[in-house]
Amino acid sequence: MKTSTIAAISTAMTNSGIAIIRISGEEAIPIVHSVFVNKKNQKCLDSYRSHTIHYGYIVDEKGVSVDEVMVSVMKAPHSYTMEDIVEINCHGGVYIVQKIMEIVIHAGARAAEPGEFTKRAFLNGRIDLSRAEAVMDIISSKNEFALQSSMQMLKGSLFHLIKNIREEILYEIAFIESALDDPEHISLENYPEKLHEKSSSLCEKLKKLLDSAHDGKLLKEGIQTVIVGKPNVGKSSFLNLLIGDEKAIVTDIAGTTRDILEETISLGGITLNITDTAGIRNTDDIVEKIGVERAKKVLEEADLVIYMIDASTPIDENDFDIIHMIADKKAIILLNKSDLDVCVTEEEIGTYFSDNRKIIRTSMTQEEGMDCFTKTVKDMFLEGKISYNDEVYITNIRHKEAIKDAYESMLQVKKSIENSMPEDFYSIDLMSAYASLGTIIGEEVGEDLVNEIFSKFCMGK
Amino acid sequence: MNEIVDVCVVGAGHAGCEAALACARLGLETVIFTVSIDSIAMMPCNPNIGGTSKGHLVREIDALGGEMGKNIDKTFIQSKMLNKSKGPAVHSLRAQADKAEYSRAMRKVLENQEHLTIKQAEVCEIISENITDDEKKETIHIIKGVKTFTGTVYECKAVILCTGTYLKARCLCGEAITYTGPNGLQPANYLTDSLKNLGIEIRRFKTGTPARMDKRSIDFEKMEEQFGDERIVPFSFSTNPEDVQIDQISCWLTYTNEKTHEIIRNNLDRSPIYAGVIEGTGPRYCPSIEDKVVKFADKERHQVFIEPEGLHTNEMYVGGMSSSLPEDVQIAMYRTVPGLEHCKIVRNAYAIEYDCIDPKQLYPTLEFKKIKGLFSAGQFNGSSGYEEAAAQGLLAGINAARMILGKEPVTLDRSQAYIGVLVDDLVTKENLEPYRMMTSRAEYRLLLRQDNADLRLRDIGFEVGLVSKEQYDATVHKKELIDMEIERLKNTVIGASKEHQKFMEAHGSSLLKTAANLAELMCRPELSYDILSEIDTERKWLPEDVIEQVEIEIKYQGYIERQLKQVEQFKKMEKKQIPSDLDYQDIGSLRLEARQKLSAYKPVSVGQASRISGVSPADISVLLIYMEQKYAK
Repeated sequence: MKTSTIAAISTAMTNSGIAIIRISGEEAIPIVHSVFVNKKNQKCLDSYRSHTIHYGYIVDEKGVSVDEVMVSVMKAPHSYTMEDIVEINCHGGVYIVQKIMEIVIHAGARAAEPGEFTKRAFLNGRIDLSRAEAVMDIISSKNEFALQSSMQMLKGSLFHLIKNIREEILYEIAFIESALDDPEHISLENYPEKLHEKSSSLCEKLKKLLDSAHDGKLLKEGIQTVIVGKPNVGKSSFLNLLIGDEKAIVTDIAGTTRDILEETISLGGITLNITDTAGIRNTDDIVEKIGVERAKKVLEEADLVIYMIDASTPIDENDFDIIHMIADKKAIILLNKSDLDVCVTEEEIGTYFSDNRKIIRTSMTQEEGMDCFTKTVKDMFLEGKISYNDEVYITNIRHKEAIKDAYESMLQVKKSIENSMPEDFYSIDLMSAYASLGTIIGEEVGEDLVNEIFSKFCMGK
Repeated sequence: MNEIVDVCVVGAGHAGCEAALACARLGLETVIFTVSIDSIAMMPCNPNIGGTSKGHLVREIDALGGEMGKNIDKTFIQSKMLNKSKGPAVHSLRAQADKAEYSRAMRKVLENQEHLTIKQAEVCEIISENITDDEKKETIHIIKGVKTFTGTVYECKAVILCTGTYLKARCLCGEAITYTGPNGLQPANYLTDSLKNLGIEIRRFKTGTPARMDKRSIDFEKMEEQFGDERIVPFSFSTNPEDVQIDQISCWLTYTNEKTHEIIRNNLDRSPIYAGVIEGTGPRYCPSIEDKVVKFADKERHQVFIEPEGLHTNEMYVGGMSSSLPEDVQIAMYRTVPGLEHCKIVRNAYAIEYDCIDPKQLYPTLEFKKIKGLFSAGQFNGSSGYEEAAAQGLLAGINAARMILGKEPVTLDRSQAYIGVLVDDLVTKENLEPYRMMTSRAEYRLLLRQDNADLRLRDIGFEVGLVSKEQYDATVHKKELIDMEIERLKNTVIGASKEHQKFMEAHGSSLLKTAANLAELMCRPELSYDILSEIDTERKWLPEDVIEQVEIEIKYQGYIERQLKQVEQFKKMEKKQIPSDLDYQDIGSLRLEARQKLSAYKPVSVGQASRISGVSPADISVLLIYMEQKYAK
């Protein structure tokens, strides 16, 4: 049973020197107590006085130390939220922070909703009433953003996989429920055996998903990058070069179709999640409109745009369309085919933008300009012009918890069948699995079940 | 002419009867209006009371002091506990009723109820007074009375609308359309306009019923006989089980076939629904045979239940084949069914359309948000089913009475009763078809069992004044016996002696590694309270219903505890009341959709708000903060 103790990573998710994980709520002290040991390998956090700071280690469930940390304890009501708060100062590596966050959640905390610390501070009387308006705005906008980005960060294939698993589960619940509601028309004879089989296969799928989650493969981590440009300017060659040179990390989850438009590459230690709009533009002549719409949408979500121009042919209307679309995006412009007769110059491109854009001459055939490109990306990252989305790590942890919950619920279904519990008990756990997975793809349970019953099964009377 | 009373109940169906009885029993002068005295508590569709989840409702009505359970115990002709092989939460009692007897018995109760008057008259107008609230710039209507077709005004403090399917009713049997209520009864054609004048939004629903056949024309040899249970369980907690062990009448099972389906498919253009003549929305859960054949085209056959309508009639109900096809098609279609080859139809199947409301206009007390003193219940609220109607009628009656008596209203939440789920679904969710109760709608159904309705609700019934001290004491005593027995079982240790191991072996149970208590042993699937009597030497005699509770509470303890924890969370949000004057337009941070939805539904608690579709958890956070800011101190 999850308590109402919440945890969040309070510092930006970069590979900075240190990071802080903050835990607030009644169980904050016992939770951290269970994962913290001091130099002498003793668990003693609960004995510390308020507003003191301590040196020690965070250990995982096997007792293995994960990181050297400083832990500060602030007891209610003398804290930001007026609840017990523990802050873990750890080393700032993205991996470490994420790992500690997972350990804390495993120990009983729950990942905080956006703005939840502030909300608690307010509801507990810590923040002045005059600031209520601001607090409400933060919650409203942050949640909207988190919800959107959580969906966007989910890999396309994963979205469908979870949707499919949910549909399978819903069908089973609906079948059980129709039989319970209309026992004279629908029989459950021999059904438990069938459901057991089905549950085993669903458990397997969820287990695979969970393993992928452990490897951090659920989400599009990294900087969302889009390559745009007219057909035949060299986008694909560019992508191939990037992949070939850098031994691209191609993520995919076993058993799912790989989304061919997306590639994750590591460029000088910076992760780029690249979408090639080539596929979109190729269909232009047939469904011009749809192509443009899709490209626009991908552009909107992008952190970084790579705009490729064929320097050997003059700028035309299609280019102006693109220039218009990326007017307010962070962009790097590549003047490709610079080994041919060049008729487009940096100066000309510069006049089309109101601000300074980084423009690089490249030649894919000669493999020129790639070093300059890599350096530009690095510079932009170090200058903070582009950054990782913090939300991705929290979301990953939340998703992982949700999949784990669903997996455990499905195991419970199997156990209930093995213990020959009555059929109506199966649907209790099936329903929790369904609800858990719903949180990942942003779908609530609502009237789903009743609709499924009526659409799939013929009820009596 | 003016009469002065406390409460006017419009309609004497299952909702109206419970509402009127509740008010009169609480001491209020009550009039119940009906277009025909002979149709009091009429069952115009299926001849049974109860069934899955509906049986739960009847038990709850009984626990709260309603009449339905007692009345069916007096008049049933067959009884069955459905889902007996499944978990205790979905066991559901269903009884076949002698329709005429059911109606007559209920009429007798009404006729002899102190403070209650039955009046055969059509109510045409609701009389109200307008009061303008300057602060809110809103006009509030307050109920003053009703006016009948013949011109008499009944002044009263509360009106309960239980008009069923009578408002502007229209019956369809193929091309033949009559402007009548069920069974050809007089419809109520005037009240709708009066309601619209009060600002009530009206909509139109549809439902249907199958044909009735002459028993003598049916060949039962070709059907499977369906018996009732050997040991009958009564509906009412006050009925002595020994009094209901009667000789039962059988029902019969047969099936449609490809020929039946072919006739239906060939004549679909003559069905008013498929031809687009029907405008009302029909229920998906009791589809007409036309719907079944179209929607589930791959099914080779559908079940048909032939059920007696009573002891003193030859009419048989043809369950599973409701229809609005023309008469000639009906005859042809029914005669393809084995056993019905020579059937004679006594009453044709028909569809009925009627005016009703979107219940989001109501508070969970079933009072209209905009009209003080106006309550409504039953099919008028967009539900379907006798039991759903009765449950609402009882609640509306209780709350109308309490309003007049100056007492706090009674509402039931989703963790207390199916009635709570029913009412919350009606007033909180988007309902696009007649609403039927289903066990899957109750998220805490393991707690809301039909067997423990008395333990859940008797105290509320007693507090309200519809349950006697004697009945209440009996429930308290039962609870004590259950608790004591569970305690005893937990404290009775069974050692791993030879004799005990032999017992384990004999019942296919794994041997004891260490000593265990009886409660632990009962959790093993292969053991039960009954089986354990052999090694439970100190056991004393206990009533059946006590043993049932002990067994359920021990065997399913893990699951029950899980649901109790969920209920705890749920209650937190239910307890946070939202002031009725809260203006959502003032909350700038709320998303527009949430603002609109919340303004339309005016939820009474944060819990209710969170169940409105289109209101997100973030909206709820914003709402909580706003309330804290505005109403703190």
